[in-house]
Amino acid sequence: MSDKPDKRELAINVPVLARVEGEGALDLTIAGGRIREAKLRIYEPPRLFEKLLEGREYHEVPDIVARICGICPVAYQMSAVHALESIFEVTITPWIRRMRRVMYCGEWLESHSLHVHLLALPDFLGFDSAIAMAEKYPDEVRRGLRLQGLGNALLRLLGARSVHPVGVCVGGFHHAPRVDEVNRLRGELQAALPDAVALLRWCATLPLPQAPRPYTAVTLRHPDEYPMNEGRLVSNRGLDIAIADYEQHFAEFQVPHSTALHNHLHGQPYLVGPLARLNLNLERLHPATRCILEECGITFPTWNMFHAIVARAAEIHHALLEAIALLEHYALPHAPFVPVAPLAGIGYGCTEAPRGILWHRYETDARGVIRSARIVPPTSQNQAQIEDDLVTCLEELGLDMPEDAMRLRAEQVIRNYDPCISCATHFLKLNLRRE
Amino acid sequence: MSRKLRVAVHKFSSCDGCQLAFLNLGAALLEVAQLADFVHFPEAGPVDADAPADVAFVEGSISTPADVERIQRVRNSCKQLITIGACATSGGIQALRNLADARQWVAGVYASPEYISALAGVSPVARHVKVDFELWGCPVSSHQIVAALRALLFGVTPLDEQAKVCMECKRRQIVCVMVAQGKPCMGPVTRTGCGALCPAFGRACYACYGPAENPNTDALAHRFAGLGLLPEEIAHRYAFINNGAPAFRDAARKVRDER
Repeated sequence: MSDKPDKRELAINVPVLARVEGEGALDLTIAGGRIREAKLRIYEPPRLFEKLLEGREYHEVPDIVARICGICPVAYQMSAVHALESIFEVTITPWIRRMRRVMYCGEWLESHSLHVHLLALPDFLGFDSAIAMAEKYPDEVRRGLRLQGLGNALLRLLGARSVHPVGVCVGGFHHAPRVDEVNRLRGELQAALPDAVALLRWCATLPLPQAPRPYTAVTLRHPDEYPMNEGRLVSNRGLDIAIADYEQHFAEFQVPHSTALHNHLHGQPYLVGPLARLNLNLERLHPATRCILEECGITFPTWNMFHAIVARAAEIHHALLEAIALLEHYALPHAPFVPVAPLAGIGYGCTEAPRGILWHRYETDARGVIRSARIVPPTSQNQAQIEDDLVTCLEELGLDMPEDAMRLRAEQVIRNYDPCISCATHFLKLNLRRE
Repeated sequence: MSRKLRVAVHKFSSCDGCQLAFLNLGAALLEVAQLADFVHFPEAGPVDADAPADVAFVEGSISTPADVERIQRVRNSCKQLITIGACATSGGIQALRNLADARQWVAGVYASPEYISALAGVSPVARHVKVDFELWGCPVSSHQIVAALRALLFGVTPLDEQAKVCMECKRRQIVCVMVAQGKPCMGPVTRTGCGALCPAFGRACYACYGPAENPNTDALAHRFAGLGLLPEEIAHRYAFINNGAPAFRDAARKVRDER
């Protein structure tokens, strides 16, 4: 380890990078004081969902696509029902639209709280797991698990269970929750607001690495709401397109080291997810959340990727406030769904999954049977950006640093994106070669 | 209970949703951590795939040559192996490719199929190694996991819930969606354990918990035909989340052969 970096020839094999969702590995080759190669190698076996959707009936789609990801099934269900409803020329009721946003708030709460507490925080506080972290930070970990639990409770309210919920259908919901159930849960959400405020303030004080650099952020934008289910696709570099035009600007391509396809926007890597959303939709964030962010002293938009954990905490607070507002004066609808009559056609759906935009395209026949499907998950869109970021962050750290420090920083970079490798892979191996 | 149970959680081809039965426990996760040592559970942090374990929970189906080797290592490092969820127990929804030409499917999704390592078929864990207990469900619930852990801590076999969803509907006093609304409900052939969530929401069960004991799949297929379903629509109900479970696989095949 005392050799000069340009002379060292080392192969580090860290068998497993923990606390990510899915199976992958990281291959790093350092030569002549430079990173020659940084590959996020995703080898989680493909499950070929796009093919197994072919020939299935439209009403089966929400339950099929949910199985792509146990952590963000609602995102898959939402993108799918929006795409199919656009083909069938269905107009949903305001009640359905509100409840879909409530359900999405539940998924953001659940997924972000899980990522912040169980996956990301141990990195910054020097622990291997949240269970170990709970001995020193019992109140903080319990607070996080409570917020995660509330997200799951919102999902159960409309979906009966939080993983692969059963409430969503093309046209709306199978079931409307009772008024007393809604009011009880709304009270719990209100009671949890101080928890969300404290979490956001705490995340803003974490000893995060400073690594600001330019990047392209892509998100949905809605005229007056923080983006979830609807909007146009925009970037900080002038992109502003309808979701149906996605394929004309974004290219998906295969690389030998990954079973998840990579994506480029106009030939360049780009970022999707909470940091991209927050940077480009600040004015649509709940005023109370914005106010806390301003007090915290972090200026958004921010070009430090590691502020993603702060963005997640901000979205937890926002999602709580939004769910509370949406559930105020809740009343039972005449029907929780609108009738659907299938039509032949092509439709697009794009919604903001916890990890970023999730784009679907379906073609149906006149009976509503799926002729073809295309699904672009957020993690495959972030892969090229992750590899870019690894190079920059490790070079900034210094390639002559001890292996342990380099490995930790590489893992932090990858986890910071909250990659869902099941969507796109479950354990990451670091194979570091120094030549 | 002289010492903590050594628990490993392994993932194969899956959506990650069954492991969430642990991670979604909330504060109870910290209580479980008092009773069990997680020796290998990558998503939660601990990584030591070959560490000796009293019980290994396995999520996901076997679908690559590397998986075939890895599941042998899991079996060799644990005393009891419990599958969690449809993927590990019956192959899961991705086993639908067993009914199709998998190579052609890979070529349909990937521009360079030669980079993709995959077996021709997707198989449940029990096809490869001895399984001591199966927890069905897509996904399994936290209740199922904790009940299994408790049973193991007491040194008894976990309760194998094989009754039909119909029984659960009766216990919960849910009005039958098939009798009252003519919905094609899979409850009469499906294992309970979910709490009859779908009928409670007024929708037909779609059999995510797999076949119950002695399922009369012929009679139900006949009933579905009486409700106006086409043969392919009936076959789809069996060839779904647990399409690889023999009772459902055979039922789907029979409906398709008879049309």
